[in-house]
Amino acid sequence: MKIITKFWIGIAALILLAPLGLILPEYFKAGSAWGEWGADEMKELVGYIPQGLEKLSSLWSAPIPDYAFKGWGEKGLAHLSFAYIVSAALGILLIVLIVLLLGKALVRKEKK
Amino acid sequence: MHIPDGYLGPATCGVFYAVMLPIWALASRIVKKTLKARQVPMLAIGAAFSFVIMMFNVPIPGGTTGHAVGGVLVAILLGPWAACIAITVALVIQALLFGDGGITAIGANCFNMAFVLPFAGYYIYKAISYNAPRGSNRRVIAAGIAGYIALNIAAGLTGFEFGIQPLLHKTASGQALYCPYGLNVALPVMLGEHLIVFGWVEAIVTGLVVKYLQKHENYY
Repeated sequence: MKIITKFWIGIAALILLAPLGLILPEYFKAGSAWGEWGADEMKELVGYIPQGLEKLSSLWSAPIPDYAFKGWGEKGLAHLSFAYIVSAALGILLIVLIVLLLGKALVRKEKK
Repeated sequence: MHIPDGYLGPATCGVFYAVMLPIWALASRIVKKTLKARQVPMLAIGAAFSFVIMMFNVPIPGGTTGHAVGGVLVAILLGPWAACIAITVALVIQALLFGDGGITAIGANCFNMAFVLPFAGYYIYKAISYNAPRGSNRRVIAAGIAGYIALNIAAGLTGFEFGIQPLLHKTASGQALYCPYGLNVALPVMLGEHLIVFGWVEAIVTGLVVKYLQKHENYY
């Protein structure tokens, strides 16, 4: 098998295993990454929401925030895991398209 | 390590965009010169790998989470300039589509994870594996150490960027405007958790894949 095929299989396996990155933190009761709290968590931590942070934090509303579909927050780990896999696959599809386009723009064809 | 919107003030965000623009331009020029058309799929795999490995949040029980970046492996495989482009693409998609990392912080996040991390990792790997024969264990260990140190350098930088915010921006009453934690908290926390836990994840991922490529593909 060509090495590039093996790498793609590896990437596909990682996409399917990605929900581990959701399930393990839940199981071990680990919260957000340090410095990546939402405004509410920030208020709990320091007692207020810094003004600049409050303004800037709502600047961009991502279509699939935190790799979960909007309104699925309360649906439980199985739904979230499904959304996580779809997010991983979608993200990688876009990334591959962008890199191939960049490659077309950047890289000259080799002479045969 | 993905700094969200609102944690860095406009000055810091601007500086890092200004620093990254020439780096991105230079990376494009160098990749244009060195990357061959048949290597483009590998570049896509590198970006995809970095993107998905960052989704594997590793918990510190009862505490926070963190993750590897995979950028040192991409740098060892493709060189640091190509890695810079690959990781930048991953970080931009994470910010725009998934809100993982802020729009205003793309410059800073790319500086930490798409520039400093792959370059530090690449040169540490090159230094330790210098003159090591193909297939030797020293190359595997070099890859692991490079992953560990480079992730920690990036984490330390992130902590520093968080930590200088209270010095730069405060209201008249003394409240922080952006990240409220100073260097005395942000730096030791960011460094500590990566030194103790997450750095090892980057080390193991980098070392294992190099080992695999030695064994099955006669690389390295």
